[in-house]
Amino acid sequence: MAYTPKQVFLNGIWLDNPVFRQVLGICSTLAVTNLLANTLFMCFGLIFTTTLSNLTISFLRDYIPKRIRMIVQVLIIACYVMIIDIIIKALAPDIHHFIGPYVGLITTNCIVMGRAEAFASQNKPLLSMYDGIASGVGYSLVLIFIASVREPLGFGTILGMTLPARDVWWHAWTIMIMPPGAFFMLGLFTWFARRWLTREVKR
Amino acid sequence: MDQLQNMNFFASLILIFTSAAFTDNILLARFLGMCSCLAISKKVDNSIGLGGAVIFVTASTTAFNYLIYKYVLVPLGIEYLRLLIFIVIIAAFVQLLEMIVERFSEKLYYALGIFLPLITVNCAILGIALFMLNKPYSFWQAFAFGLGGGFGWFMAITLIGGIREKINESDLPKGLGGPAITLIIIGIMSLAFVGFSGMLKI
Repeated sequence: MAYTPKQVFLNGIWLDNPVFRQVLGICSTLAVTNLLANTLFMCFGLIFTTTLSNLTISFLRDYIPKRIRMIVQVLIIACYVMIIDIIIKALAPDIHHFIGPYVGLITTNCIVMGRAEAFASQNKPLLSMYDGIASGVGYSLVLIFIASVREPLGFGTILGMTLPARDVWWHAWTIMIMPPGAFFMLGLFTWFARRWLTREVKR
Repeated sequence: MDQLQNMNFFASLILIFTSAAFTDNILLARFLGMCSCLAISKKVDNSIGLGGAVIFVTASTTAFNYLIYKYVLVPLGIEYLRLLIFIVIIAAFVQLLEMIVERFSEKLYYALGIFLPLITVNCAILGIALFMLNKPYSFWQAFAFGLGGGFGWFMAITLIGGIREKINESDLPKGLGGPAITLIIIGIMSLAFVGFSGMLKI
């Protein structure tokens, strides 16, 4: 099947969004969204990895034997993750201390693997790169939305800056920065997004 | 952490196992292994099968990765290659497990289908190996950590499977069925597990 770039972007960002449509990459979605700064670095890492790994795998798609393609794909992805891990460590050591293990886990992030397997191994390099960018951006938008709800409610800050007149009206909603808050937020988000999406598709 | 070193050998193992399984549950507190959990936990049988496989793989690979890291990567000064090495070891183990399951239980083999090779990319397993590196564990303590982590995952996915079997029969609002309601159920379970976290700290 032939895709146009426009279609690829629309699918990756909205119609087939990796997080709430394909239910992939949930682990890091939940884990890093308690602070917006962490989320931004994570998104940067994921877009980098999924774009370049899609490109590479697509270039090599005719040379990788079918039987061992999974392991080859994982190795290619792991190389890019190592690069991004070192970059984040150099740029922001504090943030790396917290999200370090999760950056390493981009290797096993199902979005990267899933796009490599479902798209890059069957399509042309440039199109695969677009697909990688689209999936990465689709993932990032969901994460940024969730983080920008959780951080103000849990810490009373946005990107580390205190909300205006915090002492007057704000009360710490501790559950939002703990694991259950992440599950509830993502559950509700998935619900509303799917509800909206089914209505749109029907029309 | 110091108290861990001074403690009786077996007491420390039990403590690490319990904390990995309950207070630091890999699925409910660390959010790892969600993708395969959401996909497989529709039925209790499948949950138990995949959970058992995960216990086996985590326990053995954590121990093996520990040895490789300590005696090969650190002396050679190539710790930054850990991701690559760990994932290869895990992939090899999963291949082994796949052959074993295919040989002994054909029914389970077909029930698990594509998810068996996907244990390779189950983040819980690589995650436990990476979290283990942050802690000053000895070999057996690392093994207990892997076993506990795997057991915690098994327990969580089995419980979720049980709840989902019941939920599937009820009438849900549009769009809430499937992943959304499962996430909310896991959220409520995670609330219960947060209660454990005051019990012991490692």
